[in-house]
Amino acid sequence: MPTDTLIEISYLVATVLFILSLKWLSSPTTARQGVWAGEIGMALAIAGTLLYKGIVDYKLVVIGLVLGVIIGVPLGKVAMTAVPQRTALSHAFGALCVTLVGTSEFYLRAPNIAPFMMAVLSMEVILGSLTFTGSLMAAGKLQEILPQRPITYKGQNFVNLGMLALAIAIAVILVLHPEQMRLFPAMIIIPLIFGVMLVVPIGGADMPTVISLLNSYAGLSAAAMGFVLNSKLLIIAGALDGSSGFILSVIMSKAMNRSFTNVLFGGFGQIQAAATGAQEQRTAKSATAEEAAAILAAANKVVIVPGYGMAVAQAQHKVRELFDALTKRGVDVTFGIHPVAGRMPGHMNVLLAEADIPYDKLLDMDAVNGDMAQTDVALVIGANDVTNPAARTDASSPIFGMPILDVDKARTVMVIKRSMAAGFAGIDNPLYYLDQTLMLFGDAKNFVGNIVRELSGGGDHH
Amino acid sequence: MKLDLITSLYVFMLAAFIGFEVIRRVSPLLHTPLMSLTNALDAIAVVGAIILAGEHKSQLAAILGTIAIVAATSNIVGGFLITDRMLRMFKSSGPKRS
Repeated sequence: MPTDTLIEISYLVATVLFILSLKWLSSPTTARQGVWAGEIGMALAIAGTLLYKGIVDYKLVVIGLVLGVIIGVPLGKVAMTAVPQRTALSHAFGALCVTLVGTSEFYLRAPNIAPFMMAVLSMEVILGSLTFTGSLMAAGKLQEILPQRPITYKGQNFVNLGMLALAIAIAVILVLHPEQMRLFPAMIIIPLIFGVMLVVPIGGADMPTVISLLNSYAGLSAAAMGFVLNSKLLIIAGALDGSSGFILSVIMSKAMNRSFTNVLFGGFGQIQAAATGAQEQRTAKSATAEEAAAILAAANKVVIVPGYGMAVAQAQHKVRELFDALTKRGVDVTFGIHPVAGRMPGHMNVLLAEADIPYDKLLDMDAVNGDMAQTDVALVIGANDVTNPAARTDASSPIFGMPILDVDKARTVMVIKRSMAAGFAGIDNPLYYLDQTLMLFGDAKNFVGNIVRELSGGGDHH
Repeated sequence: MKLDLITSLYVFMLAAFIGFEVIRRVSPLLHTPLMSLTNALDAIAVVGAIILAGEHKSQLAAILGTIAIVAATSNIVGGFLITDRMLRMFKSSGPKRS
């Protein structure tokens, strides 16, 4: 069989395996099989490519592959709490690869580039370079190297949109006049700056949407690269990644009741300053670990609502102990997980699964809300805005309309919180002042630990 | 040339539809592994980088191609590793581990 046919067949099989890989990921029981399918497909495609006759220099290829493995292995072994920034970083790497290949292709082919080809090539490098810096910024914010607070200034949207328009204008000129090669660097540098500016005004709580959106861009830029190289395999992989990122972005935006444009160009911080004006003094009741333990032990049904605060306090393993202690006493314990809890889609599920909590106890918002009226205790750990009843009732609230976990419908609500200080967005949470709400002040990890000690007999024999 | 691009558009469109249909069914439970897996699969861009670096048509292409291989390979290795690590942690409450 001619080598070219062999290569094409390896790509075809890889494509089938990639689609199966995602299909199998739909359920936790078949998901690992999905990873294997992906790995085999990837190995086949790389092996096929190495057979390509045009390759004259294997030295650089091998150096690249070896270095990639050396960098990749530690990135695959990061702690689960660091997964959001690792993901952002991998979007950056993917986009870097696409941008560099696009740049090389331009200089190899210019000035003889057909208009349609130049258009997809422009899309490839514009999306690639803005995703590269945007993802690096997101990773920096998540790793807390960069300030997490949104940084906004007057005319920000005007500047950002202006830069994007300029990059597109350059692309149009290059499509019409590909011989204007000196314009090409500008088409990379401007989106690089745009990527930084795009993520600068975005705060921590909006990260799930932004990561999903960057995921989508990374996929689309790879698909564009597939058009340039006429590689069906790459087009398909890019389209799959792009649609995955897009679906996740839609889910995240819906879960925050905001549009993409609002996330990217909204600047969450500014609206609230005005909204939280007049405020009468209300009192919240607090309780000790001992009291909390007594209420939990007497309950039949408990829903735990975790948020990013649980991850920050590294409390998930203590939460697991609480789960075990209550389950042993016959209490039905489930977890209610809001789609945007944490810093990326599905973040809380991974942390709780790592703490060995069975996944069938991790329920999504709709499943939990249906049973909330029959719930004895809703225990909120490190979550704030996603439990704020103002989203249902107060039309003047900046989060009005956002779907929330209806913990206020449970018979008793307990909220573990460091202090009464407002959360990320600075929005007051009326939940804390309800009659059935008890505030448990303290560090999430310590407080849950204290409750567990009380449950296991006042700490006498532990 | 023109025909190639049209075919590519068909491929893109069909793949996007498959992507929507398949990924819509992924449980929210697995959204984090989904993102790391699609990221690893997306790094198939490495095949373009390998050809670029291997063909060595110009100094620039060889250097940029090699860096691109490094970036994509680290995504492949890291992406598959972490996805598998995450999925191994998801256990149902059926058989209890001691």
